[in-house]
Amino acid sequence: MTSLTAKDKDTVKAFWAKISPKAAAIGEDALSRMLVVYPQTKTYFSHWKDLSPGSAPVKKHGATVMGGVADAVAKIDNLTAGLLNLSELHAFTLRVDPANFKILAHNILVVLAITFPSDFSPEVHVAMDKFLAAVALALSEKYR
Amino acid sequence: MVEWTEQERSIITSIFSNLDYEDVGPKALSRCLIVYPWTQRYFASFGNLYNADAIKTNPNIQAHGTRVLHGLDRAVKNMDNIKSTYAELSVLHSEKLHVDPDNFKLLADCLTIVIAAKMGSGFTPEMQATFQKFLAVVVSALGRQYH
Repeated sequence: MTSLTAKDKDTVKAFWAKISPKAAAIGEDALSRMLVVYPQTKTYFSHWKDLSPGSAPVKKHGATVMGGVADAVAKIDNLTAGLLNLSELHAFTLRVDPANFKILAHNILVVLAITFPSDFSPEVHVAMDKFLAAVALALSEKYR
Repeated sequence: MVEWTEQERSIITSIFSNLDYEDVGPKALSRCLIVYPWTQRYFASFGNLYNADAIKTNPNIQAHGTRVLHGLDRAVKNMDNIKSTYAELSVLHSEKLHVDPDNFKLLADCLTIVIAAKMGSGFTPEMQATFQKFLAVVVSALGRQYH
C-alpha cells in the first residue's frame, strides 16, 4: 500500500485536533460497533464480563485504543519505529489477527462520519483511511 | 438462504424509505472514486475526474450515483431472493462492464459511511449491522455470475 504524503500527514494532524477532545467517546463507539457488527471480534474479549455497547470494559478499552492512535499521530513521520512496543504487544501477547485492524479502522471511520458529518469529507476520509492502514501495517511489523 | 428477522426487514425498509437518493447516491459514488482512486478506471468516458472537486461536481457521476443507489431498490423489495434478483446485473457487471467484484465492497463501505453521516447517532450499531449485512448479500449476489 502507499505511504503517507506530506498532504496526508497535514490532513490527519489537522483533523486529529478536532477528534482529540472526543477521542475516548469515539473509541468507545467504534469498539461497540465492531463487537456488534463483526461478532467474530468478540473472541478476543472472552475475559470481559460485559461486551454490550457502552459497557465499562468497552468504554475503558475504547479510550485505550484511541490513546494508541493519538500516539501514532504524534509519531506519524516514522510509524514503524514509533509503534515498535505496541507491535510487539500485539504480535507476542495479544496475537490479534491483523485482518481485524482493518475491521476496527472501518468502524472508526463510521464513527468519524457520524461525529463530523461535514468535516469528514472524501479528502479527509482518504487521508484517515491511509493513515489507519499505515498504523495497522506498523502494528503488524513484529508478527513474523 | 439468507435469513432476515422482522427487525432487520423493518430497518432496511426504513433506511430506504427515508433515503434522499439524489443526495446519497452521488455522494457515495464520488466518495468511492476519491477514497479508492483506482475505481476511476471504470469511468474513463465520464469526463473530468482529475481531482476531488471535479469528481464531486461531475454531472455524469451524479446521475450514475443516483442510478446505482436505485439499483438497490430491487433487493429491498426482494430480500428473500436477492441472489436471483441480481443474476442478470451480475452478468452485466462481469461480461459487459468488466468490474472487479472486489470493488463492490469498496462502494458498499462508502455508502455505509455516507448514510452514517446523514443519520448521525440514529445509525445505531444494530442498524449498522443490518445495513452491512444487507449490502454484503447484495455484493455477494453481484459477484456470483462471474466466471
